[in-house]
Formats: sequence, structure tokens, C-alpha cells
Amino acid sequence: MTIDSDRAFLSAIVRVADELAAPNAKDVDRDARFPIEAIEALRAEQALSAFIPTRLGGVGVTLETIAAACFELGRRCGATAMVFAMHQIQVISIARHLDTAPWFEEYLQAISLEQRLIASVTSEVGTGGDMGRSVAAITPADGGSCTFEKQAPTVSYGAYADDLFVTLRRSPDAEPSDQVVALARKEQILLEPNGTWDPLGMRGTCSPGYVVRATVQPEQVLPTPFPRVSSESMVPVSHILWSHLWLGIATDAFDRARAFVRAAAKRSPGELPPVALRLSHLMSDLSLLRAEVYSALGEFIEASEEPGRERLATMALALRFNNLKIAASEQAPRVCQGALGVCGIMGFKNDTPFSVGRHLRDTMSACLMVANERIHQTNASLLLIAKDV
Amino acid sequence: MTEEIEEIRRIIAEHGRLSVEASELTPDADLYHAGMTSHASVNVMLALEDHFDIEFPDRMLKRSVFESMSAIEEALRELRTETPVSGA
Repeated sequence: MTIDSDRAFLSAIVRVADELAAPNAKDVDRDARFPIEAIEALRAEQALSAFIPTRLGGVGVTLETIAAACFELGRRCGATAMVFAMHQIQVISIARHLDTAPWFEEYLQAISLEQRLIASVTSEVGTGGDMGRSVAAITPADGGSCTFEKQAPTVSYGAYADDLFVTLRRSPDAEPSDQVVALARKEQILLEPNGTWDPLGMRGTCSPGYVVRATVQPEQVLPTPFPRVSSESMVPVSHILWSHLWLGIATDAFDRARAFVRAAAKRSPGELPPVALRLSHLMSDLSLLRAEVYSALGEFIEASEEPGRERLATMALALRFNNLKIAASEQAPRVCQGALGVCGIMGFKNDTPFSVGRHLRDTMSACLMVANERIHQTNASLLLIAKDV
Repeated sequence: MTEEIEEIRRIIAEHGRLSVEASELTPDADLYHAGMTSHASVNVMLALEDHFDIEFPDRMLKRSVFESMSAIEEALRELRTETPVSGA
């Protein structure tokens, strides 16, 4: 990071993480409630328009800075980091693919001005967890408008979002994979809750299912077809931002384990506490995770800067970012479990400075957010034909 | 209609798992819109490599290269006219 505005933005995020996300994390987790204090503080820092170019009223920071912000928030509250990350994924997907569409340019200006929060409705009942297929379709209605109805098994922070980013079939007679993205604003949406939210981890994301009904105008459909948005932006950016926040959670678990070992060392000066050795093992697990996360970010940025972003459409890079998701989602809970091994009962208890139960539970959601087995299935197929991976 | 397009069409009919008849497609018709999934497209690529005795390099392994019969024909032509570069 070299630009002063990026640096200033990141220090503001660190402040929100320390002052609002951290003190509320326990409560957000226990009550499975939305981290409203931290999100409001992020709004006040213009963080919801972080990636939007300054000409559209945004802060205009780089993807590296957004990734670093996910990491910093993840260290303090996984749910806050996940809400922030998911919103940024939708904004980045729109900003990289709006193709000068006036409605979307104005929409990004509205986000900058009003700090609107976007939730995504990409999963759907009846697709077997495959984001590349939709059942619900954009359906022409009276007066030139369009309607849709989508059965969503989970919509993270749906009840708290201003707008929804929804994948749909292009028309009622389109194939399941002929998808587009529609951006529906709150006043155009009817959300019918479908199910409850009392999960193992990431409890503050408040992600029950909904039946989503909306009426939108044709210009609210993103001009770039979803398969392209997905491969060039949404999938790799999701995996990069998610893995940064998982790294943040794992790093905090490691920091707690280190604090525990230091406390033990202070009690018996001159002797190496037996768990100190475990901490050393844990450090190598954490550095493997960090290396995978950082190198994937670098590769994405490099490929994004090439003219036409041609390489992002290749199978080789799809495999690369799919592997990031699988590796990071497996390694992050491993690090948290290792931290629990170091801290022992003090880590297992929920009310000590060394508690890592929330970290472990939050990172256990990682392998389910787009199920790893589904990604393995895709990779297995791509590996039949890809050459250099 | 070139002979090569017809060979491509036969491979797509066999491996593309389209929801329409391959014989009804124009050379420029979007195969993904005709129901070809990503998994089916991998099988089409494998069959093309086998049939034409070629190897698609990684830079060509992307959706746009396989989205229509004419795009595939163009890719095959490009592969044949290319000077092989060692280590590429």
C-alpha cells in the first residue's frame, strides 16, 4: 500500500475493529444478532463505498486495502468482517462490470452518498448448491417492468440490507446457466422469512432463508452476463476477501495462544513452558495459511491489470482461486483448533482472555460457504483438461 | 458450411449435452445458452483434442473459446497456424 488515502482508510477500519467490533463480538455471537454498532461505524467512515471510484463519490481504495480491512475486522469479530466482505464483493462485482450503464453508475453514487448495504441472493433451492445455475427468472410484467420470485436457502443479513444483488435466469425460457444479475432496491422487494437462524458460527451474519419477490426495471439488470461477472470478479474476489477474514480470525486465535504461553513463561522464569513448543508448530500452520492467502491476492491483482483481463477467464486461474478457497477454509479452523490445544481449558472456556471457541466455530463455516465438495467436483472436471496448474 | 464445422457439430452432439438438437444450431449459436454446462464443455474439449489431435494451451481454455462452433473452428485454425514455442 503506497497511497495515503488507502493508509488513512485502513487506520479508520482498525479503529472501528478495536473500538466497536471487538467489544461487541461476544454479544453478537451469543445472541446471533447483527453487529449493528460496527456496521454503523463503518458507514460513518464511508467504508461501504470504499471500492467505488472517487468520480462516483466513493473512497476509491485498492483491492489490497479492502482485503487488509477484511483481515483487520476478522481479527476482532468474524461476523462484522463477513458482512463487510460480502458487501464489498457485490460492490466490486458491479464496479468492474457496469460497462458505463447509467443506472448502475447512479446506483454506485447512491451507495457513496447513503452508505447503502447490499446483500446477495445467489444460492437457490433446487440448484444443488451450484451458483452457476438459476431456477428463478426475470419475467416481463406490466408497464415494461420485470418481476421475479426466488427461493433463497440463506440470505446473509437480508433483513438489514438496503438492496439485494440477485442472480436469475435471463428470461422465463432461458437455460439454467443463462444467468444475469439484477440489483433490487429495498422498496422494490418483499422478503418472506423462511426458516430460523441459530447456527454453530458466524452467528452475527443473521442468514436465514427467504422467499424473495421483487419488481424491478429492465435497466436494473447488469449489462455483463453473470458467468463473466462470476469468473472475472465475484468468485475470485469472494475467495480472496473471505480467506483474508478467515486469516484474521486464525491470527487472533494464534495471538491468544501466544499470550497464553507468555503468561505461562512469566509464571516460571527461566523455563520454557511445555506448550511453547506447540505454539511453534502452530506458527508454521498459520504461515502456510498466510502465504496462500497473500499469494492468491497478488496473482489476482496481476491478472486484473492485464488488458481485457483475459487470463481471469481461464480454467487455470479458476483452479487457482478455487484452491485458495479450499486450502484457506480447511487451514483456518485447523489453526484455531491448534490454538485451543495450546490454551487448553482456558481456551475452551468462553470467558477468559484466551477463549478461542468463537474463532473455531466461526472458521468452521468456511468450508460450507460454497461447499468445498462442490468446488472439488468442479476442480476435478477442470483438471481433466487444464495443463499448467 | 465447412467440413470442419460439421465435425465439431458431431462432437458437440455427442458430448455437449445440449437441450436442443445440435443439427439445428447455426455456427454462431451460443452453446452455453443451448444448455451446455461447464462440465459438458470439458468433455467437448477432451473430445476435440482427441479428434483433431491437438492440445489446447491454458490461455485458450476459457468459456469464450468454446461458446460457439465457429469460435471453436477459429481456435483450431489459430492452433494450426501457430509456430510452436518451446516451453510455452
